[in-house]
Amino acid sequence: MKPDKITELHFDHVDKPISSDRRNFLKKLGGGIIVVFSIGELSLLKSWGQNTSEDLLNFNAYLRVKEDGRVDCYTGKIEMGQGVTTSLAQVLAEELEVSVYSIDMIMGDTELCPYDAGTWGSLTTRFTDPVLRAAAAEAREILIDLAAEHFGVSDEMLDVINGTVFVKNDPSKNITYAALTKGKKIVQTLTKKPELKKPKDFKIIGKPVISLDAEAKVTGTAKYSGDIKLPGMVYATVVRPKVFGSKKLQVDSSKLSEFEGVELVEDGNLVAVVHQDPEIANKAANKVKITWEEPVAKADNETIFQFLDKNIKENKVFEEEGNLKAGRDVSETLIEANYFDGYKAHASIETHSATCYFQDDKLTMWASSQTPFGTREQLAKTFDMPLEKVHLKQIFIGGGFGGKIYNQQAIEAAKIAKFSSKPVQLVWSRREEFMYDRFRTAALIKTVSGVDSNGKLKLWEFDIYCAGTRGTKLFYGIPNNRTRIFNDDNVHPFGTGAWRAPGNNSTTFARESHIETTAFATGIDALEFRLDNLKNENMSATLKLAAETFGWERKKQEGHGYGIALGEDAGTTVAIIAEVHVDRTTGKVQPIRVVCAQDMGQLVNPHGAKLQTEGGITMGLGYALYEDIAFNGGRMESRNFKNYEIARFSNTPKIECVFIDNMDSKPQGGGEPAIICVGGAIANAVFDACGARVNRMPVTPQRILEALRHG
Amino acid sequence: MKQSISFKLNHELVSVNVNGEESLLTVIRTYLDKTGTKYGCGLGDCGACTILIDNKPQRSCMILVEDVAGKEILTIEGLSSNGSLHPIQKSFIAHDALQCGFCTPGMIMNAYGLLIGDPNPTREKIISGMEENLCRCGSYNRIVDAIQTAAKEMNKKIKL
Repeated sequence: MKPDKITELHFDHVDKPISSDRRNFLKKLGGGIIVVFSIGELSLLKSWGQNTSEDLLNFNAYLRVKEDGRVDCYTGKIEMGQGVTTSLAQVLAEELEVSVYSIDMIMGDTELCPYDAGTWGSLTTRFTDPVLRAAAAEAREILIDLAAEHFGVSDEMLDVINGTVFVKNDPSKNITYAALTKGKKIVQTLTKKPELKKPKDFKIIGKPVISLDAEAKVTGTAKYSGDIKLPGMVYATVVRPKVFGSKKLQVDSSKLSEFEGVELVEDGNLVAVVHQDPEIANKAANKVKITWEEPVAKADNETIFQFLDKNIKENKVFEEEGNLKAGRDVSETLIEANYFDGYKAHASIETHSATCYFQDDKLTMWASSQTPFGTREQLAKTFDMPLEKVHLKQIFIGGGFGGKIYNQQAIEAAKIAKFSSKPVQLVWSRREEFMYDRFRTAALIKTVSGVDSNGKLKLWEFDIYCAGTRGTKLFYGIPNNRTRIFNDDNVHPFGTGAWRAPGNNSTTFARESHIETTAFATGIDALEFRLDNLKNENMSATLKLAAETFGWERKKQEGHGYGIALGEDAGTTVAIIAEVHVDRTTGKVQPIRVVCAQDMGQLVNPHGAKLQTEGGITMGLGYALYEDIAFNGGRMESRNFKNYEIARFSNTPKIECVFIDNMDSKPQGGGEPAIICVGGAIANAVFDACGARVNRMPVTPQRILEALRHG
Repeated sequence: MKQSISFKLNHELVSVNVNGEESLLTVIRTYLDKTGTKYGCGLGDCGACTILIDNKPQRSCMILVEDVAGKEILTIEGLSSNGSLHPIQKSFIAHDALQCGFCTPGMIMNAYGLLIGDPNPTREKIISGMEENLCRCGSYNRIVDAIQTAAKEMNKKIKL
């Protein structure tokens, strides 16, 4: 059984010898006190799903206390706005007993940082925290040992406050970490299970801390992959087809002679133009005529759901209990409905970018990637190079949301750099972003519910097409149920992939819309119906907190409606209640207020958790009300922010975030969970406001008016 | 034909040798190495490239460099003075009105332009003035709060 608390972590194989290549690695880090170990030594993390067993044995530095008293924290995670720069610094500072402001985050550098499979799945806090805390606790013990030697007293006689070690009862005897570290290089592997702090002793974990990288971002000094400028660098524009999946037949580059200094790069299907001025590269690329063989369109954004239904027959049962027929027999009311959700773009404001150069046989790159180590592997494979000849450097990422884990731009940039023998920068245009983004899949969910005369759910049939099963384990107590997954990754007209809480948005929208419809059919209040049918106590407590904060009983204003949605994601339980106003003549929805209650376990940075929740809800409003990729086969009709609307200032409602107090437990996911409930809560609030039940995301004015016409 | 175009960038006179049809965004980022101003869409839809031209917020991706000859341009790099952050920058930090930070320079410059035009905007006016700037991370409410706080701070300074 997995331990439930960080303090229950245990370690084994803690004193592995240091091999010679490991010594080389350590040379790079310089002086100070360095704590190293492999994640494999943390028994809890052996079950760390995203890393392979080999990765777990990699030997890594986690922190370095430097001679100036500052501390470098090494992590393979990246910062894309989710605030782990701050929360990871907090947990390290807590155990090391230093100020959070004395920590410098070294992130995502493949030569300095511990291997990491990728920053996704709201895993950073759940899995990196325990490792950093263990390393920091170890470093604290080393520093206390050094101080004990310095003062000639035992460890027990010493205390640390803010990076200074004091002799208890004689605070005039004190020495700073900086002084203790001066002139030393101590490399320490874990020798025993470090003594981690108990939550009651926390001084920094659980306290709100403003984002540590905010100043760099408000002054424009924060560097992103497209901000790197190298001597002799050229800018690349890739010549793209109009239709996704087209194959190159013929290239006519005769018009390039009109442009001085441009160079054509042709490597298989990749055709690009480079120049030291990005606009000339762009103009010249427009003059390259490629004859493409375009794939035949099989579906568009209206026919896609039928297409998925028709083409995917294979399925797997994900969860099954009781007997569906018996469930039908005991149900007084049966409700059947299909739910639809279109493709969504990640639409980060930073488009996919990469800057890179080859020197001798080594490739160095800055890339907007959630997976620097994965990028390294992809590049090494592309050029048949050893991993250590590819170096991904630390860089800020301008939003990711799951879209920046595939790294197509990194491979393109490196191929162009190799071909042209020049440092290269490739920044995708918004239009390229809307073609080569790996979109969240469209989904169809067929649902049947049955409820008895006492308002108890007796039957649940849930057939999910293309949205996955994440978060679909039933937290309602329904004795006869079956959840099946129908999937085929190759059925989509363009690239698809993870999108903030993959699929859980679609399935939560379907489930919570259907629960509300079922409640309405019984005449029971939506809140009461849920509380009556939930089997998960955490979920009930979270819902009650949301209802209390929202004031569920409050009288509604004319044209306003309230809607609830519940969900589970990344270990966190979420309850959202939304209030909207619907204009019955135009169908326009104005979100008024959203309350979100969550149980995310231990809150490392309650302020950061709030930011992530607000962000998830705001992004979710776009997805619930406006966002829908328009396409005909591989021809994208959504090409920019004019025809792919995201949430804006004027449609962002008042947002209130509340959390269940659970500081003694493990931290859970924070980046993704809140967004899953937005679609359901909005659809339910729209129904409550005007009686329009829209079973398709986004809930557009046109769909509302249509639902009102057809009753 | 290359021509020399001069304008003031962050209070200093600069000259660039260009065709003239380059976008101001390209010139600022590529020729003048001020990378705080960001490319987000190249169509004027997102506001990540917002800068001030003669105190008015403009989309630098939609402006030709030849049209700014002799004008005064302010980018995010020119906002703080003597090493001290501008009240809007301070207020964005205090409200943590950002996440990934990519839209932030454009947001701050648009807000500054807004406050130069109307030092005491209502919340509704801030929202409508900022409406064309997009933030995918969802910091809108905090940005509005930050602008309100900054307005108060800036007005205090003017009175002193």
